[in-house]
Amino acid sequence: MSAVIENHHDDHHHGPDKGLMRWVLTTNHKDIGTLYLWFSFAMFLTGGCMALVIRAELFQPGLQLVVPEFFNQMTTMHGLIMVFGAVMPAFVGLANWLVPMMIGAPDMALPRMNNYSFWILPFAFSMLLSTLFMEGGAPNFGWTFYAPLSTEYAPPSVTFFIFAVHLMGISSIMGSINVVVTILNLRAPGMRLMDMPLFVWTWLITAYLLIAVMPVLAGVVTMMLMDIHFGTAFFSAGGGGDPVLFQHVFWFFGHPEVYIMILPAFGIVSAIIPTFARKKLFGYDSMVYATASIAFLSFIVWAHHMFTVGMPIAGELYFMYATMLIAVPTGVKVFNWAATMWQGSMTFETPMLFAVAFVILFTIGGLSGLMLSIVPADFQYHDTYFVVAHFHYVLVPGSIFSIMAAAYYWLPKWTGNMYDETLGKTHFWLSFVGVNVTFFPQHFIGLAGMPRRYPDYALQFADWNMVSSVGAFIFGFSQLLFLFIVIKCIMGGKKATDEVWEGAEGLEWTIASPAPYHTFSTPPELPERSMA
Amino acid sequence: MAMPNQKLQTRTTLKLVGVVLGMFAFGFALVPLYDIYCQVTGANGKTASAYVVPEDGIAVDADRWVTVQFLTNNNASMPWSFRPEVRSMKVRPGEMNQTTFYASNPAGYTMTAQAIPSVAPFHAAEYMHKTECFCFEQQVLATGEAIDMPLRFIIDPYLPESVQTLTLSYTLFDITDMTASAAAE
Repeated sequence: MSAVIENHHDDHHHGPDKGLMRWVLTTNHKDIGTLYLWFSFAMFLTGGCMALVIRAELFQPGLQLVVPEFFNQMTTMHGLIMVFGAVMPAFVGLANWLVPMMIGAPDMALPRMNNYSFWILPFAFSMLLSTLFMEGGAPNFGWTFYAPLSTEYAPPSVTFFIFAVHLMGISSIMGSINVVVTILNLRAPGMRLMDMPLFVWTWLITAYLLIAVMPVLAGVVTMMLMDIHFGTAFFSAGGGGDPVLFQHVFWFFGHPEVYIMILPAFGIVSAIIPTFARKKLFGYDSMVYATASIAFLSFIVWAHHMFTVGMPIAGELYFMYATMLIAVPTGVKVFNWAATMWQGSMTFETPMLFAVAFVILFTIGGLSGLMLSIVPADFQYHDTYFVVAHFHYVLVPGSIFSIMAAAYYWLPKWTGNMYDETLGKTHFWLSFVGVNVTFFPQHFIGLAGMPRRYPDYALQFADWNMVSSVGAFIFGFSQLLFLFIVIKCIMGGKKATDEVWEGAEGLEWTIASPAPYHTFSTPPELPERSMA
Repeated sequence: MAMPNQKLQTRTTLKLVGVVLGMFAFGFALVPLYDIYCQVTGANGKTASAYVVPEDGIAVDADRWVTVQFLTNNNASMPWSFRPEVRSMKVRPGEMNQTTFYASNPAGYTMTAQAIPSVAPFHAAEYMHKTECFCFEQQVLATGEAIDMPLRFIIDPYLPESVQTLTLSYTLFDITDMTASAAAE
């Protein structure tokens, strides 16, 4: 009896294994979180290089650097890699690191599956990237892979693309099941759902979204596979199918997908702003309900991506109003963050800078989204650089800034060392300037009518494109500084206290810095009913 | 971890796997749902299959004329020559009308084609009744062969007054490969 207990005890308190196999075989949520984050950063740089190829070509009108076929492959791969390789894995990595520490759980509920869901990803992306070297080139039909561009007219490598998407989907689904099971079953005794930190809440809702829509994505690529290889005609009009059907099924996945990439960001910002404003988060309950409403609405607005496809007027009106409705819960969130900062004793360390920039710039992206939701106006904006500016504003200074804020905020907890504050602020200001110089002018050239996804443009768009390209290179290269700061922080630096930030709340700040390999092997005593 | 908790976890996991499988199936269920939706609402300008004239006939609306325009397109690299006999007709709602479309195959081999119709404005699609149409079947033409293909249609007298012109467009698809692989099976 006692021997059994002893074994059990040993099993839970050994440190990490040595060498490479530690990372291959690990089931530790912190190791897997680290793997996810590094993988995501590698993909961020890969996709970023592709973006720089695009911006370099668009620096001047005319064709200078790449052939149009390759340009199309770059836009497609940039989108796919940033969405599925950079943003989503970064959030899963943060969930792995933080969710168990925030709810007082010893690890994720399904540790072995956690290992699988990470290790699928390098294979998926090797497969996707290998298409660049195949005959006929990589996928060139845009990240939205509309049929029949992605079926009848696709390069042969499309089959590899389809299987890569299947693998990414399986990885995300396993990761989300893990998050839901962990949150629902492994909370510290006494922690009610409405006691959970908002990052945990937003991830719970995100995980449900992923579980609901990733299978639909798997379905749509399976239909493509069947159309291409098995003679079905889901999307081929000649065989009785309908290409517009593709867009409906794709965006039924695609719209929840864009919220999958922003809801965890809301959670991160809701953790950081109260810390540096030294006030409790304003309106915790309304934040939870707003997140849930946004998630629900995301399922019923998909066709606003396809207003110009030829829809009955009733359909356009419905999708327009439903889309505008999303501004209400999103507005609740923005006002709550502003109210949290109101009369707070604010300081502006790097995480706070990124978080405040998130609130401002994400709101700009949200407002241009509202403009796009207006049907008659959308006919002008559709498929122009205005759309490009819109979704980059919500994704780059939105999702990506929140991920960087999170990295700076929790890095001392992960490594035990403080990062270099001066360099951190330098990184912030370079990114902030770079991102705005890149994407703000794209609103102008979009409104003036420059279509997206072309390697060349009319002369009147030349000036703003040049400005945009300069910004892109500033933003791109300043991320190398981020890499340097993170490595420097891992190597050493001023020792972090356990609490790290004055006024930070949550269970993760009650454990040592750096966080020990195993935490909360026995559930923590909750301080009081004040987590909210 | 204590056993009861393990059981709870397994139950939650299985439920979620169930949702995943259900949503995968739902993705495919969207295909027939979409067709039904289009049929009911006439969205996408899709026209129904062959129309059967009711036994007591249709009342002819002698008070107005409706212009019906015909458009033909070739999909992608379809080499056939394909055109309507007339570009437009003035018809009375409720009356049976007839016209033909010409197609010829200049390619050096036998080809199979399928014409796909679409009506604009979309909400008029359900008032376009075709009793006979070459689009109901595939067309097989040998090298150099030509054909006049019939179309018989009635415009429903309930067509909204606001619609004075209807455009019926056909896109001709090359489905030689598709039918060849189907025949091989």
